[in-house]
Amino acid sequence: MSQDTLFDKVWDLHKVSSLPGGSDQVFIGLHLIHEVTSPQAFGALKDKKLKVKFPDRTVATVDHIVPTDNQSRPFKDNLAEQMIETLEKNCLEHKIRFFNIGSGNQGIVHVVAPELGLTQPGMTIACGDSHTSTHGAFGSIAFGIGTSQVRDVLATQTLAMNKLKVRQIWCDNKLSKGVYAKDLVLHIINKLGVKAGVGFAYEFAGPAIHELSMEERMTICNMSIEGGARCGYINPDEKTFSYIKDKLYAPKNEHWDIALRWWESLKSDQNSIYDDVIKLDASKVEPTVTWGITPGQSISINQQIPLLDELSPNDKLVAEEAYEYMSFKPGQLIKDTPVDVCFIGSCTNGRISDLRVAAKVLKGKKVSKNVKAFAVPGSEKVATEAKQEGLDQIFKDSGFQWREPGCSMCLAMNSDKLIGNQVSASSSNRNFKGRQGSPSGRTLLMSPAMVAAAAINGKVSDVREFIN
Amino acid sequence: MKSEFTPPIGKISNMNGKCISLIGNDIDTDRIIPARFLKCVNFDSLGESVFEDDRKTLKGNHPFDLEENKYASILVVNSNFGCGSSREHAPQALMRWGIKAIIGESFADIFYSNCIAIGIPCFTLPKKSIEEIQNYCDNQSLFLEIDLKNLSAQSKDLNFNLEIKESSRKMFLSGEWDATSTLLDNKILIENKFNQLPYIKFNTNIS
Repeated sequence: MSQDTLFDKVWDLHKVSSLPGGSDQVFIGLHLIHEVTSPQAFGALKDKKLKVKFPDRTVATVDHIVPTDNQSRPFKDNLAEQMIETLEKNCLEHKIRFFNIGSGNQGIVHVVAPELGLTQPGMTIACGDSHTSTHGAFGSIAFGIGTSQVRDVLATQTLAMNKLKVRQIWCDNKLSKGVYAKDLVLHIINKLGVKAGVGFAYEFAGPAIHELSMEERMTICNMSIEGGARCGYINPDEKTFSYIKDKLYAPKNEHWDIALRWWESLKSDQNSIYDDVIKLDASKVEPTVTWGITPGQSISINQQIPLLDELSPNDKLVAEEAYEYMSFKPGQLIKDTPVDVCFIGSCTNGRISDLRVAAKVLKGKKVSKNVKAFAVPGSEKVATEAKQEGLDQIFKDSGFQWREPGCSMCLAMNSDKLIGNQVSASSSNRNFKGRQGSPSGRTLLMSPAMVAAAAINGKVSDVREFIN
Repeated sequence: MKSEFTPPIGKISNMNGKCISLIGNDIDTDRIIPARFLKCVNFDSLGESVFEDDRKTLKGNHPFDLEENKYASILVVNSNFGCGSSREHAPQALMRWGIKAIIGESFADIFYSNCIAIGIPCFTLPKKSIEEIQNYCDNQSLFLEIDLKNLSAQSKDLNFNLEIKESSRKMFLSGEWDATSTLLDNKILIENKFNQLPYIKFNTNIS
């Protein structure tokens, strides 16, 4: 059993009681909600005649269903309009702070909370969305929950949970040029498998991790869940603190000094005990692309799609399903695979640094005429910043469509969808069957820089050829 | 599809029903219920859309479309079932279709806790036993009698010792799987915790 890790410290601090069944009752410091997984929870509160226990500890925004082309109200899609209206009504009724479209602070919930300074080290953070693990980049313990648990957090600010085990993933050295956090996390998921993290929190550590910017760290923690780990985190350091400083909801004045001292004390102790430790060499990671239907099915840009014989018996079943669905042949190169759609955005890679790196690749170049490319900033703040830097113009000049903030084609709950069996090069997090809105659509996950390169060439390309 | 849906309430100890086998590892919640069906403010109509895209692709040959599985209530799956999105709509859709319990090699964490929270026990068995059940189901019907107290699954031909997290087993037997009221019992402890946490005081802006 793990001891003295950040996870242990934060868990123990938030433990309210041991429940009769043997699980723990844990206090949730920050609860984030959005329009898709909250309406039924508010409905259940009403049925049970319960109130929101601490309305100040819940913050709402709208992201999954928002259109990214025309955001004027009412939305063209009646169901989407009904969902946003329900959220507006629930937030008003229960006095919950809501960052609506046009507030200047709306966006993907996992982009918004960090940029407002709501996400801080040492907190427990829950949200009805599996990518809540993103917030672990700040040294918080953050995880996705379902709607019944959203109800429980609203009603009690606590959850019944079993404590997770802790696996440290130690990344030595540093990433090479043209290789990004997305490549590293895809590499980790490939090495460990998509279910290795079940029952675990992942602590990402080592020189390669601490070299990363806060936004890159968010990309890593964001995809913990794709490796099966509901929660992933990184010990906070100077980068964490300076990112938070002066943000809207950051501690101010004398509270800042108190906060700093406390945050420092949260780090995993030097001699802390882990349930498991994995070590890998980050300098060996190359630009990585998924070829299959799980985020674990990835290869580096110059590799061939694995042969069945090269895979473990457990992976064979899904590989066979993936070859068929993706229309790929075992042994085929992933490089030069033609793409139809290029998508830059999502809670994984929709932040300002992602747009900057993609814009750098795109500057002065044109998107292939066979490709529909669009960029969706992760939040209104990201969009504003991008415009101030002129990034939107670089995207538009290259042939990218520049859209309004939202989850968009990561999960295609709005009108941004693949058509038929289109192939998309996507900076998002999931390549599941049908994920991007067409039941036969095909998704290749990669870094935003790699998506930009694919957009220019109209096929999967090695971004290192663009940046040297 | 069953006609009337009534959600489970109170103590859950015995589940008897016909098994429906669904073969495949890493079956994600997008496949169980595609995102377009999440555009709803209640769960009522999800049952009919469970596995919608997989079912369309298989044109009537998906296990959830086979006549013989019409009244099945125990779903038998392979490893990492329910991975991906945290959408509770996935177990809600399964439940509304008629699933009352799931037996698998392993389950994704969030899917598992969602199932527990709505009253669907998820049991695990070794790969070999799952394959034994799935092979059996290929040729004939399997009715299992599950006893949560003794963790046994029995039938005419096959018998298994099921596994489930002890905390989940206890919660089902005591009826406390619907956690809200249990959590609310500790009202004072919750208040105390709120007052103790260092960062609550930091956030002068938030309140």
